[in-house]
Amino acid sequence: MPDPYAPKEAITHGDGGPAALAIGEAESLERAPGAGPGGAPTGKPRSLWSDAWHDLRRNPVFLLSALIILFLLVIAVWPQLIADGNPYRADLAKAQAGPEPGHPFGYDTQGRDVYTRVVYGARASITVGICATAGAALLGGLLGGFAGFFGGWWDTLLSRIADIFFGIPVILGGLVFLSVVTSSTVWPVVGFIVLLGWPQIARIARGAVVTAKQNDYVQAARALGAGNARTLLRHIAPNAVAPVIVVATIALGTYISLEATLSFLGAGLKPPTVSWGIDISAASTSIRNAPHMLLWPAGALSITVLAFIMLGDAVRDALATASPKPSTASATASPPGRPSPSSANPAPASPSPPRR
Amino acid sequence: MEPDELPTPDAIRPPGGPAGSAAGGAAGPATGNPVAEAVAGGTGGRPGHGEPVLEIRGLVKHFPLTRGILFRKQVGAVKAVDGVSFDLHRGETLGIVGESGCGKSTVAKLLVGLERPTAGQIRYRGEDITKLSGRALKAVRRNIQMVFQDPYTSLNPRMTVGDIIGEPYDIHPEVAPKGDRRRRVQELLDVVGLNPEYLNRYPHQFSGGQRQRIGIARGLALRPEIIVADEPVSALDVSVQAQVVNLLERLQNTFDLSYVFIAHDLSVVRHISDRVAVMYLGRLAESGTDEQIYDHPTHPYTQALLSAVPVPDPEARESRTRILLTGDVPSPADPPSGCRFRTRCWKAQELCAEQVPPLEVPPRFATPDAGPAAHPSACHFAEERQVVPGE
Repeated sequence: MPDPYAPKEAITHGDGGPAALAIGEAESLERAPGAGPGGAPTGKPRSLWSDAWHDLRRNPVFLLSALIILFLLVIAVWPQLIADGNPYRADLAKAQAGPEPGHPFGYDTQGRDVYTRVVYGARASITVGICATAGAALLGGLLGGFAGFFGGWWDTLLSRIADIFFGIPVILGGLVFLSVVTSSTVWPVVGFIVLLGWPQIARIARGAVVTAKQNDYVQAARALGAGNARTLLRHIAPNAVAPVIVVATIALGTYISLEATLSFLGAGLKPPTVSWGIDISAASTSIRNAPHMLLWPAGALSITVLAFIMLGDAVRDALATASPKPSTASATASPPGRPSPSSANPAPASPSPPRR
Repeated sequence: MEPDELPTPDAIRPPGGPAGSAAGGAAGPATGNPVAEAVAGGTGGRPGHGEPVLEIRGLVKHFPLTRGILFRKQVGAVKAVDGVSFDLHRGETLGIVGESGCGKSTVAKLLVGLERPTAGQIRYRGEDITKLSGRALKAVRRNIQMVFQDPYTSLNPRMTVGDIIGEPYDIHPEVAPKGDRRRRVQELLDVVGLNPEYLNRYPHQFSGGQRQRIGIARGLALRPEIIVADEPVSALDVSVQAQVVNLLERLQNTFDLSYVFIAHDLSVVRHISDRVAVMYLGRLAESGTDEQIYDHPTHPYTQALLSAVPVPDPEARESRTRILLTGDVPSPADPPSGCRFRTRCWKAQELCAEQVPPLEVPPRFATPDAGPAAHPSACHFAEERQVVPGE
């Protein structure tokens, strides 16, 4: 640090190397003696993203959840890698039979192998989760971002529209909307979740953009003569995207449990599709005789949802420590609306996720 | 490296600008407080006042207060700036002081075009820039740049220092050809006393003082004539404040810059300013050279402000009188009639509530032998009163 008592012309040169610059051993002394301006550029420049990544790689929670998610992604794409059976093959003689060699999870009411169905069920859940999150994040992020950036009428209008969608009860809305759909693909469910999920992301994005917009660096860019496009793309979006990513990751887990809940109620995916929710629904009637039919798909669902929520938490922590000031993180600290991680933890036997 | 020997690359030097000559003026013997000492260093050796580069006439900024969501109804206005006029000459520093909420920062934002004035003119080289838009406004912006108060929020944390300082060239590509930008950014880093190799670092790797230097480098990139500095050292350590103030002085001499220097710290303003304007509740209370304002204040508000400045000498401190103002600053949404200061002034009379005192040399001082007390002061009962112990 410069000596505050030194004559001023010496101080003029530079202030002392801050902690971040103290990486170099041969720091300073190359410029004004006694002034100690930052020295040779020995340290690698680290952006906030690389800082966050640095933190994440050392976080066991992140590593564990990332491993689980990676595994789930692999079996969603290639279920035959670990299950060589056919999820539709039924052997009624073995209906509700317990585990036996080669069939570790036992059989369901129609004599289908539970293990194979659990493995194949990952595809529907992961597809719904990822597609719904991508759609909600895109729609919500764009609309919320524009509302926050332009303010005024746009903001009022979009916020009120978001409120309307926020007001639709998930389960009731799902039962009404999806019961009229006959398609057995995942897309109606994805569409419904996007329709109900975007307002939450839009609120977060709007808040993050409003926060970022007030920063002096946005004013500085404006004072330089930067237009809307440059301000939005270069200054606001990079600083507002972190909370959206975090909320979207956590939302992914809740969307998967929402799909299972809707499927359990018969409004989500329809039977030819293999889905954890459908299997849990089918198993719920015979939980006393054959609890294994319910426990395995429910367990798989819980682990999946938990993994995504843990991932979101880890990402939030990493971005919070890497962010220069708490404002970026504080917006993410309280994802409103949707069930909190604990209540989102699926208990499909009692399909009433508290909402709002 | 002495300040005078600082490299001033032709790329950045304005044509015909005098090279740094008086930069060493702030050197002094070592004492406890660099800022206080810097103040004692005086303001001699400044370049003379040139022609006015900026003329502010009757500047007004009202922020509407609205009620209702769907049908907005204006129910009033916050009169942040309410009729401010001053000139800024080439190569000089105009200090604007005043307490929080008096409209200082709004003036700064109006000057750099971040806010549109409700009324009044900002004439840059004779041209009113408040009516400009589009390309013409962008061209004027090149010449009036801003340094921000908080070095922690004024730099985009997701951009490297090179990108931050180089952004002016992206926005105004006519200033520097593409291949030349990296070199220019490095020169700018060198000019503000940072290692030119720091180009690829991020703002969070720097200290507050260094960040403020980066902000200053960004402000210099377009070679502006005028820099509006909105409390540029308020967020910094006292020891670092002196460095940044000295840097600003050195740059002024090197590039022949004109500063509008806004602060609430009277010592810092005195150190850097050639002329000082005191602001209260959206209006100027008094203006003059730093000697006129600090040693011969005639407006009661200025006297009260100055009486609150800490005096390092215990004996002198005994002999001085503190002027304690009663009450709070009135709301700028509903300012007092007449003189804005009358609600807290010990001299207030009926006249003060009826007539707005103009900012001009008070008649009683408008004589040739009035000396330094003869400067504009917006008070009906202006009188000289020494509040800072003699030096």
